[in-house]
Amino acid sequence: MAVIEISKLTKHFGKIHAVDGLCLKIDEGEVFGLLGPNGAGKTTTIKMLATLLAPTSGRATVNGFDIAKSPSKVRQSIGIVFQEPSSDELLSGYENLKLHSMIYGLPGGLVEKRIDDALALVELSDRRNDLVKTYSGGMRRRLEIARGLLHQPKVLFLDEPTLGLDPRGRKTMWGYVKRLVAELNMTILLTTHYMEEADELAGRICVIDNGKAVAVDSPGALKAKVGGDLVTITSSPLPDLKSLTKLKFVRGAEMTDGRLLITVSDAAANLQELLAKIGKVECVEVRSPTLNDVFIKFTGRELEQAEGGWFDKIVQQSVNKQ
Amino acid sequence: MKDDSRMAHPSALKGAYAVWWRETTVFFREPPRIISAVVSPIIWLVIFGAGLGESVRIGGESYQQFIFGGVLVQTFLFSSLFYGAYLVWDRKIDVLKAVLVSPLSRSSIFLGKVLGGVTISLIESVIVLLVGAMIGMQYSPATFFIVLGLVALASAGLTALGLIVGSYMESPEGFQLLGSLVLFPMFFLSGALFPISNLTGPLGLVAALNPVTYIVDLLRGALSGVYYLDPAVDAVAFIGFIILANVAGVLAFERMKS
Repeated sequence: MAVIEISKLTKHFGKIHAVDGLCLKIDEGEVFGLLGPNGAGKTTTIKMLATLLAPTSGRATVNGFDIAKSPSKVRQSIGIVFQEPSSDELLSGYENLKLHSMIYGLPGGLVEKRIDDALALVELSDRRNDLVKTYSGGMRRRLEIARGLLHQPKVLFLDEPTLGLDPRGRKTMWGYVKRLVAELNMTILLTTHYMEEADELAGRICVIDNGKAVAVDSPGALKAKVGGDLVTITSSPLPDLKSLTKLKFVRGAEMTDGRLLITVSDAAANLQELLAKIGKVECVEVRSPTLNDVFIKFTGRELEQAEGGWFDKIVQQSVNKQ
Repeated sequence: MKDDSRMAHPSALKGAYAVWWRETTVFFREPPRIISAVVSPIIWLVIFGAGLGESVRIGGESYQQFIFGGVLVQTFLFSSLFYGAYLVWDRKIDVLKAVLVSPLSRSSIFLGKVLGGVTISLIESVIVLLVGAMIGMQYSPATFFIVLGLVALASAGLTALGLIVGSYMESPEGFQLLGSLVLFPMFFLSGALFPISNLTGPLGLVAALNPVTYIVDLLRGALSGVYYLDPAVDAVAFIGFIILANVAGVLAFERMKS
């Protein structure tokens, strides 16, 4: 059963087509990833689905409710964790959750237990009575998750849940998300520009670029579309490309940065023959395709040029500064 | 596919209470806010009231007694309007977004905010009234409560006005402008510090259109029994302003962008 149905959803900001005719169906209990570079239209999509932003055209339903016609019903059905932490700094972690439970009309008898459980899940029980302004960036993000699931919504939106977290914090966060799905059968729509994150969490992925869906499938199927394993060869002189592509297990070969990148079906079985054909080589690297290769295949560009670079550092600094 | 079992079912009043609870809890955690709100009126009363009072008397009462009502209005005028406009800060730190994406209706959020502003005004006014009594301002215990009732009503109107401003503002940089373009003229041309009955021309017109004029006259009248305007006119303008500001406030919240 589709819990989220998106049909030709479009949002223009002036001349910029942030989201351009997006169509998706997301099933109950699914973790669905929107994967794309910064500015691809992921957050804009989530904001429209959460009724924070009106679409320019197209329609979408969440839990059966139309986002344009019944926005308050949609808001009753969802939880959302924003990119920027939105908890109140002058309230404690516990008080933030208490406030949230009142706003969402949680029955009084459930409140304390839910808060205890949510704080335990994100491992903040021992800091429950400290003001949020004393929390680290990672703790604030965990509190956001606790808040998003407090009313146990049918659908949870996670917008870049691990942006600005260190690798350990990221792994911890992935653990929480997996438990949410396992224990509460939530449908989760997750945006990320980290390929490992999409690979680790999502059952299906929509690769999104310039507001358009370029591919939708499971991570495994997407990677299979790359066409096989990737063999990178450094040698001088470089062998003749044409003679290589005549081999029946070679799916493609191209030169990049003075190296030879060959797509090979079943590299384990065919590497010997390939190398014999090429002759003397300086260096051979064999690997399975990643989602980055998927992104390159569909868009001709690298997905994560920014990761670990200046952009992440700036984001990290701004998150830590708060 | 619709599934009601896992939908939130918020109540409008509980939601308004939640917003009010947040506002007041946060208020008590920022001592500078309460201090700055009451210190400046008290300084006016003590230094200006006593100092200028040496050479000025107005309408048979001492100058200090004359400005007591005005200074009380100053207290909650500034705190109500700035409190409302502070909405833009909630927006900047993303606290507002979390509330706006909740199923709570905009009018519930507005009601909670207004009640928060009223509570804060009441707390500050109590302090100013007590300090006033300590330095010799005279009023009866019954007057104390009548005045607080008027403060609550007036603050509901002024907070709503501040919230309207805040809902249109995009960044906190406009605060300075709000102070010098709106608040100070509203305060100075209200009769709080000098009678406005002698003002003519544009200044007189501004004073007559200024809702604070009627708030000041009603409060001063309640405190000392001396009215400078017709109390019936005061009352109509007072009630009219509160209703208008709150209706406009709810509408502004309904159309406010997330």
